[in-house]
Amino acid sequence: MTDRFSGKAWVYGDNVDTDVIIPARYLSTSDPAELAPHCLEDLDPGFMKRMAQGDILVAGSNFGCGSSREHAPLAIKGAGVSCVIAASFARIFFRNALNIGLPILECPEAVSGIRSGQRIEVDLAEGRILNLDTGQAFSAKPFPPFLRELVARGGLVPTVKARLEEKRRSTH
Amino acid sequence: MGRTLAEAIIASHTADPVEPGSICRVRVDFAFANDITAAPAIAEFSRMGAEAVFDPARCAIVPDHFTPNKDIASARQVQVARGFAREQGMLFWEVGRAGVEHAFLPEKGLILPGEVILGADSHTCTGGALGAFATGVGSTDLAAAWALGETWFRVPETIRVVMDGKASPWVTGKDLILSLIGRIGVEGARYAALQFEGPAIDALPMDDRFTVANMAVEAGAKAGLFVPDRRTLEYAKRRAARPFEPLYPDPDATYSQTIRIDAASLEPVVALPHLPSNVKTAGECGRIDLDQVFIGSCTNGRLRDLELAAAVLRGRKVHERVRLVVIPATAEVFAEALKRGFIETFLEAGAAVSTASCGPCLGGHYGILAPGERCLSTSNRNFVGRMGHPESEVLLCGPLVAAASAVTGCVTDPREVLGLDELPKGVDEK
Repeated sequence: MTDRFSGKAWVYGDNVDTDVIIPARYLSTSDPAELAPHCLEDLDPGFMKRMAQGDILVAGSNFGCGSSREHAPLAIKGAGVSCVIAASFARIFFRNALNIGLPILECPEAVSGIRSGQRIEVDLAEGRILNLDTGQAFSAKPFPPFLRELVARGGLVPTVKARLEEKRRSTH
Repeated sequence: MGRTLAEAIIASHTADPVEPGSICRVRVDFAFANDITAAPAIAEFSRMGAEAVFDPARCAIVPDHFTPNKDIASARQVQVARGFAREQGMLFWEVGRAGVEHAFLPEKGLILPGEVILGADSHTCTGGALGAFATGVGSTDLAAAWALGETWFRVPETIRVVMDGKASPWVTGKDLILSLIGRIGVEGARYAALQFEGPAIDALPMDDRFTVANMAVEAGAKAGLFVPDRRTLEYAKRRAARPFEPLYPDPDATYSQTIRIDAASLEPVVALPHLPSNVKTAGECGRIDLDQVFIGSCTNGRLRDLELAAAVLRGRKVHERVRLVVIPATAEVFAEALKRGFIETFLEAGAAVSTASCGPCLGGHYGILAPGERCLSTSNRNFVGRMGHPESEVLLCGPLVAAASAVTGCVTDPREVLGLDELPKGVDEK
């Protein structure tokens, strides 16, 4: 996972739910390439036409509330969004994003200090968010050490893989 | 220091210190997915290098969302799930013998008091009605639980919700939980566990308790728990698929807050578009015309819900402008509703009745909305586009309001349609 990105901000409100991130009518697949064209379709039908690879989603509180569908972060990642910055995340979306390797940052101050279309730079490792248009800098809430390790290991899949290998070694 | 019910259950499943905010590695008693979430979980399970699930009798896939298969792609998803379940020897049920997972699994005695339950579906919190710590996760987390028999949790703070007084017979479990969400908002319990207590909670039949726990996630909660009592234990003992040990909160437990609600002051309510917290009493709504009414889902597709709806519809007709879709949540509920004459009542009233499925709740099938259409639904979410076209609208309510509104064609307080003497009283699950 790259640690630094920059892109244009797309700013949305509170309670962006997983039904508008990826509507259930597209859930007959979990292939990110098939999900991506419908990303945010019911919230902002023009989003996929106008966004560029690397752009950044910025939203209010409780981002990703609703269904547990992992298809939501998969669609966002598949669309080419580099990072989601929100005032807060719904808990299942939060876990899913970390598990599938979609970078997320919790930072209410940045959300109030960023307007749609502004250029944003993010340093994920440092949790630093810079609004390149205004020069304002923000610090995201750091994850607890356990989650930082999980992300550093590349998410949940490699973590479980290592645990299983360890278990196999100890039983032989 | 004393423990809340959520803390007591987590503590009995981990070797790590348990206090709000700490992260624990937790043993999982039962882990399940549905037809939508299974396919990605199976793919991740294989990427993890896992060969066998930790215990096939404690791992399940319930095909319920797009079943009976609505198209080739959904048939393919179920085929993948079925193949994996057979190969692993884990639990799987075919259409006609299954049901909506959160109604079906408790019926089968697979979710029990004192247990830790993980489901790849956000409404897994329904199991909290049985005094289990039951919570929804995504497919990758579920795959990890299938592989290891454990997961990680950040121990949630517990918010105690005390419902004092005696609710009116017109107020169902759905009215209690919608009223709570209306008060605290869709993130009022974000990351927290809700613990429901008080006389109005004690008086609730099991079916209504499932409804209340089901919508804990709509307040952002990680779990919604009921302290086991006589009703819980009667339900669980009769059905249990394995031994279980109920757990209880300590009297000196610490709660992050206590919310008190006077149940006697509550009325039948409706959540208007597009958030479950947008709650008004049915009487305050003014005239809101409807195109469709849906009675069913993991929230309100149980026997008590159908009994209440049938009481309203008996001898009455669905309004000519309205389509009423009724989907019993499980095969068992369907069979019992048939035996008791509820299904006949629905058909005579002019309803469409279908086999168990999530159906239109998440915009899958069996009643999708066109642009501009409005549906009053006993399900759990009224987000934009939830049941079909993004320009359609969903309103949420309990079974009495839904059935009364199907008769009048607009949002209606059930007291305008039904006399108190027609209301089935004191019925628990039978």
